[in-house]
Amino acid sequence: MKIIVVGCGKIGVTIVESLTKERHDVIAIDVNPEVVETLRNTYDVIAFCGNGTEYSQLKEAGVENTELFIAVTGSDELNMLCCFAAKRMGAKHTVARIRDLENNDESLSFMKEQLDLSLAINPERMAAEAMYGILKLPSAMKVEKFSGSRLEMIELQLGKNSPLNGVSLMDLRKRHKEKFLICTVERGEEVYIPNGLFKLQSGDKLGIVISDRVVLKLLNVLGIENIQVKDVMIIGAGTVSNYLAKLLVANRHNVKLIDHNPKVCEEVCEVLPDKITVICGNGMSQELLREEGIANTDAFISLTGRDEDNILISFYASSQKVPKVITKVNNEELLGLATNLGLSSIISPRKIVADVMVKYARALQNSMGSQIETLYSLSNGRAEALEFKVLPDFAYTGVPLKEMKLHDGVLIAGISRGRTAIIPSGDDVIQPDDKVIIIAEGKRILSLTDIIAR
Amino acid sequence: MNYRMIFNTAGKVLRVEALLMALPLVVSLIYGEWQTAYGFIIAALAAFVVGYILVYLCKPKNQFMYAKEGLVTVAIAWIVVSVFGALPFTISGEISSYIDALFETVSGFTTTGASILTDVESMSHGCLMWRSFAHWIGGMGVLVFILAITSKSPDRSMHILRAEMPGPIIDKVVPRAKDTTLILYIIYSVMTAIMVILLLCGGMDLFESLVHAFGTAGTGGFSIKADGLAGYSAYHQWVIAIGMLCFGVNFNLYYLIIIGKVAGFFKSRELLVYVGIVFSAVVIICFNIYDIYGSFAETLRHSVFQTSSIITTSGFSTVDFNNWPTLSKIVLVTLMFIGGCAGSTAGGLKVSRLIIVVKKIGNDLKKVLHPRTANIVKFEGKRLDDATLNGVSSYTLVYIVLFFAIFFLLSFDTGIPTNVAMETNFTAAAACFNNVGPGLSLVGPMGSYACYSPISKIILTIAMLLGRLEIYPLLLTLTPTTWIKK
Repeated sequence: MKIIVVGCGKIGVTIVESLTKERHDVIAIDVNPEVVETLRNTYDVIAFCGNGTEYSQLKEAGVENTELFIAVTGSDELNMLCCFAAKRMGAKHTVARIRDLENNDESLSFMKEQLDLSLAINPERMAAEAMYGILKLPSAMKVEKFSGSRLEMIELQLGKNSPLNGVSLMDLRKRHKEKFLICTVERGEEVYIPNGLFKLQSGDKLGIVISDRVVLKLLNVLGIENIQVKDVMIIGAGTVSNYLAKLLVANRHNVKLIDHNPKVCEEVCEVLPDKITVICGNGMSQELLREEGIANTDAFISLTGRDEDNILISFYASSQKVPKVITKVNNEELLGLATNLGLSSIISPRKIVADVMVKYARALQNSMGSQIETLYSLSNGRAEALEFKVLPDFAYTGVPLKEMKLHDGVLIAGISRGRTAIIPSGDDVIQPDDKVIIIAEGKRILSLTDIIAR
Repeated sequence: MNYRMIFNTAGKVLRVEALLMALPLVVSLIYGEWQTAYGFIIAALAAFVVGYILVYLCKPKNQFMYAKEGLVTVAIAWIVVSVFGALPFTISGEISSYIDALFETVSGFTTTGASILTDVESMSHGCLMWRSFAHWIGGMGVLVFILAITSKSPDRSMHILRAEMPGPIIDKVVPRAKDTTLILYIIYSVMTAIMVILLLCGGMDLFESLVHAFGTAGTGGFSIKADGLAGYSAYHQWVIAIGMLCFGVNFNLYYLIIIGKVAGFFKSRELLVYVGIVFSAVVIICFNIYDIYGSFAETLRHSVFQTSSIITTSGFSTVDFNNWPTLSKIVLVTLMFIGGCAGSTAGGLKVSRLIIVVKKIGNDLKKVLHPRTANIVKFEGKRLDDATLNGVSSYTLVYIVLFFAIFFLLSFDTGIPTNVAMETNFTAAAACFNNVGPGLSLVGPMGSYACYSPISKIILTIAMLLGRLEIYPLLLTLTPTTWIKK
């Protein structure tokens, strides 16, 4: 599928990378010649150096037969203009990154409609929502919701002396009747999609599909302490922190925001609700953090603009026994490093956006018999969780799952039907209008039909 | 440096070469040349086994390919392909010395067309086919071929494309490298097929048509007759002359025609200059040699053919231009250095580099006259950045230095009679370095490179590889610091 990406900053490059991995025909446009040169050398793309709003540039890139046009430059206005031009020139679907209008839903929907945008993405808001999801269940490393169902995907790590060390999944299932399914196990460098005989070990990172009602029971089963977060400390007042602070205050958390720039602090005071305590000081200073009570805070979130700072200060917070530490890391190399060094809850806005774009591109590519609703990459992109809506023409409706022959590395992890969530066993069937959750490793799934081995 | 990746790729290249040997094998079986067939079977087996072992032993731990790896991979691939490609000649006994066989093979793959054979007509059909088929494979590139047929191109494959495809600026026609190479190979194959059909229509048999079409498509120029193409009809000569010109054009431009952007094809500055140079050369030579041939039709045919053959660095010939007046010979030698367009199968400095260098010199002169002028160099409607400009300038300089180095080294050869040594050595160096093939005097179109000593032949072999790969890949691979771990 032909895709044009305009603006190849941090977000743009990650989108380009993910989409080339998906083997799309990607054309990248950026104004910076150095960026263009790196893109050319690194990814399998055509890269143009130029202005994405310019008619001649878009023409040269061949916008008239483009299926997906993504504008993710740093400026909202530029993105909207690009998408407007591209749409008028014949691009089928346009996606713009729009940040500022998000404060006002009315104007956003107006612009979206007028510009005929297929999607407006706001990476900062998505990141804030993801962090908020984690804070709701701090015992997990990551919590992701599937659309409109009671099922969730949570990632959590077994403690050092887990009672489940050496217990096989089959035994676990026999002992506990709760509705959950362990879909992926990450152990060291390896990622497994386990079967019933698989034995758990201390320190395993588990990906679990679960009905949201039984999450607390699950934590109990796995021997993981449940933490409640009330006081949250945020370092760095940027766009993400603004969204996050608002969400937290709205849900009755106490928020303390620290930034070193007095001007920014004042601006933040102006925009955010009064309940938030804004501290003007160097968030990297341990002295200041102690003074502001890092020892008593429930959650510590580092959101400064520098990944290195975020990682270091998160380690300090961990060492001060803060129950929940969340780190924003954008740079992919640092992401791997931070994970290896032991930071567990890491949020990367660009990864989130890339997932959304991959999902969107796949949904455009194939909607035979099913329709992609959600896509999350698990364990640093080595496995994927996908949610499909079953359309009436799906060929395997009503067939018991045990009679379907699935590809290796593919798992049906959950079915939600109306308001009920099913963790499927061999006798369950897929019905039209169900939403089915698939876990796949090492295989690119476009539609539900792809999971069945022929 | 990612050694495993480099040798793994070399192994894959060898396996593909083993498969490619099937064509000459079939030809030699059809003509009942058992000795030759035996040579191809053994060589193919050797290539396949060694390739398999390399692929097996060098499973890459990671897929990282940076500019350095790209350049070295291409050089190594070309070296192993040549080393194994020479085996059939020696095993079948048709070329007894391995160095001679290597010279002939490299001459084939680099689309040079220079030959050490003194009696080409006694060669078996299988070997002749292999030489010419090598032109066809080498013309577009060995690794480009592999990229085109593998299912997934690795990240950073751009480095390989850039190292193997000739020209200062490499553009992909479509976003994915695999698709780009496939499209180029399809255009290339279709054009070759048209050549074969046109030649068949003129009454050549299938074997001759294939050999000449391969030689034309790769702009190689191995012929199978002692007198080159002189014995063929005027129709055949015209078809090949026009054919060579077409294969000297940037293939990306043909893609523009296919997707309906015909205007883009004619807007190309490089094409315009290329046609201009050909036209001027033809006019000069026509006037200069009119006295020899008398009839206008014949004069035009010979001058167009020779011009086209030399500027595209093919090296076919319909007459012994050794006997032409000096002016015409000088024109031809100049054309050798210019070469065809970037992104074609031709060798030489390339027209686009010439344009860029000339423009840069013009700019520099202007700067002397008006020290405060702000000037940039534009090419094909786009501004060239300093990196590209510097790259082109230093390439041109290295190119000249290396040419004289080769010329200098050849002069140590005492086997060449002193009265013709200057002309022979100069044109031999030019013809090999630019992948043309025939030079003047002893190495003229009717002569051969048999007069050189083995050491000189090795130097010329390296010169051909340097010319085809545009110097840097091979130069870098031969530099010890590339290999020493620090």
